[in-house]
Amino acid sequence: MNIVWFVVRRLLATALLLAVLSFLIFSLLYLAPGDIAKNLLGTKAVTPEALAAVRAQYHLDDPFLVQYWHWLSGVLTGDWGTSIRSGLPVADEIASRAGITVRLIVMGFLIAALVSIPAGVWAARRRGTWVDRTLVSSAVVGVSAPGFAIGLLLLFVFAVTLRWFPVYGTGEGLWGQLWHLTLPAIALAVGLGALVVQLTRAAVVRELDADYVTFQRSRGLSEARVMGTVLRNAAIPIVTSLGLMVTYLVGGTILVEVVFGLPGLGTQLQQAVLFKDVPVVQALTLITGLLVCLISLAVDLLYLAIDPRILRKAVTA
Amino acid sequence: MSQAILPSPLNDGANNAAGAPGVGLPVVARRRPSAPFTVAVSALIVLVVLVCALLHGVLNPLAMEQDTQLGSVGIGVWGHVLGTDQLGRDVLALLGAGALSAVAGPLVVAVGSMLIGLLLGGLAGYRGGFADGVVSRYADLVLALPAILLAIVVAGVLGGGYWVTVLVLVVLFSPSDVRLVRGAVMEQMSRPYIESARVLGLSGPRILFRHVVPNVAPVMLANALLNVSFALVAISSLSFLGIGAGVGSADWGLQLADGRALLGSNPLASIAPGLAIVATATSVNLLGHWLAERLEKKAVAR
Repeated sequence: MNIVWFVVRRLLATALLLAVLSFLIFSLLYLAPGDIAKNLLGTKAVTPEALAAVRAQYHLDDPFLVQYWHWLSGVLTGDWGTSIRSGLPVADEIASRAGITVRLIVMGFLIAALVSIPAGVWAARRRGTWVDRTLVSSAVVGVSAPGFAIGLLLLFVFAVTLRWFPVYGTGEGLWGQLWHLTLPAIALAVGLGALVVQLTRAAVVRELDADYVTFQRSRGLSEARVMGTVLRNAAIPIVTSLGLMVTYLVGGTILVEVVFGLPGLGTQLQQAVLFKDVPVVQALTLITGLLVCLISLAVDLLYLAIDPRILRKAVTA
Repeated sequence: MSQAILPSPLNDGANNAAGAPGVGLPVVARRRPSAPFTVAVSALIVLVVLVCALLHGVLNPLAMEQDTQLGSVGIGVWGHVLGTDQLGRDVLALLGAGALSAVAGPLVVAVGSMLIGLLLGGLAGYRGGFADGVVSRYADLVLALPAILLAIVVAGVLGGGYWVTVLVLVVLFSPSDVRLVRGAVMEQMSRPYIESARVLGLSGPRILFRHVVPNVAPVMLANALLNVSFALVAISSLSFLGIGAGVGSADWGLQLADGRALLGSNPLASIAPGLAIVATATSVNLLGHWLAERLEKKAVAR
């Protein structure tokens, strides 16, 4: 009963958040300075007929809430409008660019996880030594360095100077594409990895200080067994920080794509924002918002599944 | 020993060979104070940036001077230590002039979000109930989405510009300050001195600002320093994307974006501002962490 109530409440909160979000995203149309109909025409010739057509297409003469309703029902049925800049359906534009962004994020995420989790555990076990201090200060640099600065340094060192990697382009075939995505993925992984090192180190340090570790050691359990329980417990706060990582990935992807000139969703958002292509901006923001909300919902439910203590706290609170 | 101020974030796994003695021995918890050398270097970097920001009009009044006939030259040309960019502007002078943009905006963001945090967080923590509900939902809503995405979309659709970006960032940065103050105030509210103040008949705002706020001020200061560092990264990111600082102004993010095309002829035109952003943001961040750690120790000692 209690767990059902908790889940239902969490689902309702997410639905409410998405509703508010969709309303704010729709309002972006009115946030842009200038006349809305003219903005929506873009570079097309401004004639009375064209303006009237745009007003009819976007229902601009209806009350604000009716317009919002038209827009929302369009979005829900898969009609995302047309791009002002290209005149193509927004959904097609996004679909054609999503692949490269997904590959970039997956590669960056894997690199960050494979390097930083072991590094964070290592730093925690060598707490106070030079290993720890080096890793911790590297992590501070990584967290403070914006993705585009990292990307530019990587480009200069590995593509321009050493010529190990291509400077621009997306490459041919699977291996060619992966090859072209390696530097961007590393640039993305640096900031994310630094965050994961900090999270992992903090979580493992907290567990290593727990009484059960001292007890296990005094019982003479092997270090491998001790670390086994430590890592399992430390995994909880790391997994639940996934929301934080996704937040970082969204910003990082935009910057990295732009600095490497990759034709993904990040560059699309940048160009759409600079061109005031509001339908594209709305669609991309809505998709990202939806993803972020769903991931944080999933993380909360996962949290519930792996740590039953949370439920007891949440229900009694 | 670990005095490398800017160790490459990429060689995380590269120090394996040096020493792995005593594997499996419990590491004795030994908290060393933050290496003072690192802090000193950070403070020095921040000082240099501050001096450049305050005195750039005096030190290099000709920073924005273009020389299109000269165009882009590399390092070592007389009078241009770091070379020039495609408009013939001196890279070093432009870097100095960009310091103002790297200091002013982030400071406004940190102070602005701190003030919003004090007002709304103080109100929510002190009053509780309905006020707390409204303020907390506002914080939840803003924190639900990636701040940089919101900044790009809102500042971009508004038409962009440096101060538009700064104002949008103030709003986006404030929820973390709101939560911080709210939590700290709530924690203080249960203490006996609040009860005594109430019994003495002091007014709510007076208790809040004269007695509660001074207790949370140190934490807020440390948080503000971290905010300056994150705001610098955010502002230069938006300038890099063409949304922040206007074309032709001195700004590290913009300078990096402009200099990208010269990666072959004068790489320093883009790498120098990149390093300036990383070094400044890291230094401010380290100072913030150091301050927070010291305050924590003081609190424990008390």
